[in-house]
Amino acid sequence: MINVALPKGRLGEKVYSMFEEAGYECSSIKEKGRKLIFENEEAGVRYFWVKPSDVAIYVERGAADIGVAGKDILLEYEPDIYELLDMNMGKCRMCVAGMKSFREDLNKTLKVATKFVNIAKKYYASKSRDIDIIKLNGSIEIAPILNLSDVIVDIVETGSTLKENDLEVKETIVDISARLIANKSSFKFKTEEIEKIKESLKSQIK
Amino acid sequence: MNNFSTLLKPEEKAVFELRELYSNYGYLPYKMSKFEEYDFYVKNKDFLVSDRIITFNDTNGKLLALKPDVTLSIVKNAGDEKGCTQKLFYNENVYRVSGSTHAYKEIMQAGIECIGDVGIFDIAQVLTLALKSLDKFSESFVLDVSHMGVIAAVLEEAGCDEDFNRKIMHYIGEKNCHEIKALCEEYCVDEPTAEKISSLVEIYGKGETVFPLLKKLSQSEKMKKAVSELEEICLAVEASPLKEKINLDFSIVNDLSYYNGIVFKGYISSIPESVLSGGQYDRLMKKLGKKSGAIGFAIYLDLLEQLSYERREFDVDVLLLYAEDCNKKLLFEKAEELVKEGKSVSAQKAIPQKLRYKEIVEFN
Repeated sequence: MINVALPKGRLGEKVYSMFEEAGYECSSIKEKGRKLIFENEEAGVRYFWVKPSDVAIYVERGAADIGVAGKDILLEYEPDIYELLDMNMGKCRMCVAGMKSFREDLNKTLKVATKFVNIAKKYYASKSRDIDIIKLNGSIEIAPILNLSDVIVDIVETGSTLKENDLEVKETIVDISARLIANKSSFKFKTEEIEKIKESLKSQIK
Repeated sequence: MNNFSTLLKPEEKAVFELRELYSNYGYLPYKMSKFEEYDFYVKNKDFLVSDRIITFNDTNGKLLALKPDVTLSIVKNAGDEKGCTQKLFYNENVYRVSGSTHAYKEIMQAGIECIGDVGIFDIAQVLTLALKSLDKFSESFVLDVSHMGVIAAVLEEAGCDEDFNRKIMHYIGEKNCHEIKALCEEYCVDEPTAEKISSLVEIYGKGETVFPLLKKLSQSEKMKKAVSELEEICLAVEASPLKEKINLDFSIVNDLSYYNGIVFKGYISSIPESVLSGGQYDRLMKKLGKKSGAIGFAIYLDLLEQLSYERREFDVDVLLLYAEDCNKKLLFEKAEELVKEGKSVSAQKAIPQKLRYKEIVEFN
């Protein structure tokens, strides 16, 4: 039995259809409801929907053997897992963004608002820049508008949210996409199944 | 005497069983102090799993550290003696930041170190002992073995700087082929070498399937040498009935500045992390000014807590309920009598809410 942690939402649904294509279908998953765990004993697979940012934790702790998580989450939490495949979907960029009118003053501590504290710290440490981190949990975009911060570090997909709030991308830190990850111990004991899933998903990637 | 094994938890039982196992193979027990001078760790901080250490001042103001690691303390006192090895085993608590919780933890560790004129026989014996140790805890386990010489040879072929090596080692540890490819492109590593690193990472399996693949990949003298040493070790372990549990996996990596020969990790199914970790660390010995080599491993005993074992249905067999004004002498005798019958007894004045008991005996 392979336990798969899927990120709730559109990305997770797309990923599921790839698993289905790979021969791990579980029709009950498509029924609308509040159920979170779905099992197909015949195919030897169990899926569960979890919050996208939690997928890595489920996999690292072995509650799920494999899962699909965004690279942003992997960079932020640095879980001890195998990263087996770039799924080439859910693509976006981790960016530094700020007000269009904002010019960085290198002589001052930079105030950075973000959900991704670890990524932001590492990025600015590599540039030896003194920063003041402001951890927020949502609506990051308003931080520079209200003068809470100078810039934000956040995920940018199309850039339309930024545009609507009169913000723009200042720097790109790293490209993000969804990755297939596996628990290290599970990989040892379910090598064949996990390799098979990996190969099948790989062949479906455009 | 009662059979203790029903009372002991798996990690407690392991301590006794491992002690017997290691003693049988000529390993001697080693007991060390809980503290070590902080300076000692600063000099070798890359060798430690986590670089955060609990420190405090001794009565004379000297900065001390609660031991985050056992190996360093053992090897610093080891002597060099040609043709001989010093074989030691230990069972100690270490204090480090645990990966997932980012908080200090006390970790119960057991392990062995073989220091001195280490040869193929010693290496094979250490591997066998690792197999036997894991076998004591569960039938379903694997021991993944890699050789740092192979990785070092490939990195040399890539010919990049420290920064590249550090990043690529991280990706190798993640079996992360797509990032390896991207990084190699960024550093202008030629395609065949990049391809080689990726194929190395994807190799996983038994010796007989892996060695032909490995030989195809090895062109440089360095790599050939490492591969043949690895093969020789695997051949020596061939005699062990547990040899089936060995897999070759080149994603098992450890710091190149300390480890030079084989490195290995043991996994038990149903435990999400590796429970055993070890390798050959001649380079550390050199850094500490020793001529000899060394190999060893540690087992993280507290992880064994996650192994399922039969929990007892009751906390005690008898709940002996007595009134405040009863005859204490008779009560005492009653309790003794029950214990003699082989029952566990808890004497209480009222029924405790959380206690699970088989029967109540009321005493008046």
